[in-house]
Amino acid sequence: MDTNDLIKALAADNRRPGLSMNAAWKGAAAGAILLAGAVFFAMLGPRPDFATAVETVRFLFKFVVTIALALTAFAAMRVASWPEGELRRLLPYLCIAPLLVLAGVILELIVLPSGTWEARLIGTNSVLCLTFIPLIGLSPLGLFLLALRHGAPSRPALSGALAGLAAGGIAATFYAAHCPDDSPLFIATWYTIAILGLSLIGSVAGRWVARW
Amino acid sequence: MSGADDEHLAGLLARAIAGDEKAYGDFLRDAALMIRGWARRWTVGGGVDAEDIVQEALLAVHVKRHTWRHDAPVAPWLHAIARHKYVDAVRRQARRPTVGIEEFEETLASAETETVRDWEIGRALEGLAPGQRSVVNAISIDGCSVAETAKRLDMNETAVRVALHRGLAAIARRFGRD
Repeated sequence: MDTNDLIKALAADNRRPGLSMNAAWKGAAAGAILLAGAVFFAMLGPRPDFATAVETVRFLFKFVVTIALALTAFAAMRVASWPEGELRRLLPYLCIAPLLVLAGVILELIVLPSGTWEARLIGTNSVLCLTFIPLIGLSPLGLFLLALRHGAPSRPALSGALAGLAAGGIAATFYAAHCPDDSPLFIATWYTIAILGLSLIGSVAGRWVARW
Repeated sequence: MSGADDEHLAGLLARAIAGDEKAYGDFLRDAALMIRGWARRWTVGGGVDAEDIVQEALLAVHVKRHTWRHDAPVAPWLHAIARHKYVDAVRRQARRPTVGIEEFEETLASAETETVRDWEIGRALEGLAPGQRSVVNAISIDGCSVAETAKRLDMNETAVRVALHRGLAAIARRFGRD
């Protein structure tokens, strides 16, 4: 079959182009939040002292960080799903969440006496954090990988890693409402490990799921 | 490529996505020319055939045409797709076992008499289910319309469209694999 014959066949098959990427990403985002919320409320729910916790800076700061991560990683992943998506321009935005954590850690180290650092870092329940952030994030990650597969990412593994970050951001936002540990030292350690774990899964899966 | 050319191409593609078959044919022919220009430059001296890249990229453009944003220029989008397919082909080429030429000396000598060179797409086409293959062949090689194909194969037009759509999607998936 030569190229002109191929073009004839392609032109005849023009009835239904796939769902637009905007629609696909809107659907994936809504689905990801719903699924993450369902898993969270079914298995954990907010912590008992939620009402008083929201009046403390440390508790609120967790959401600033996790929401910043979810938004920036989602935006980067969206760009990565176009074949010509230029990721380099988005890298500065991806630094926002890590820089926020870093600033929080520095402030925490200044404010707290050094004797309490270790206790704050270890927290009360790091195993729960390492279990539930990946667990809540798994279905959002799956949806994001499907959306990437629908797109045409030039770099499937990197796109999958971004999907893991975005899913991790969403999962951490929910989990933060349950987590009794509010210190930036805790966030910087355990949340980071849990989210990077999701990102690693996303990158490995993305190589296969999002290739085209 | 100038901005006006790209606007023309974007206009064709937008009309194509809205369902205009003629505009889509025009768009694909223009796109093939551009991709062929890039592919020839990339494949100079390599073991990859430029026309294979053109065909594989056109199939990718087809199944991924929803990833073009209506406010974005077309050329960088096409270029990225073609480049992706070229890199893929080079990787595949590198994975293929190289066989000593002496093992093929006899068959090579007889193969030279063949006039038509079959591209990789031929192999993908052979892998299709018979029903899909006859629909794709009728529309591409024989140049039939959907209506003519339906009459010739005694199918209804919807079934022809479905078989064509699935057949092309399968070719796009199988292209150059294995």
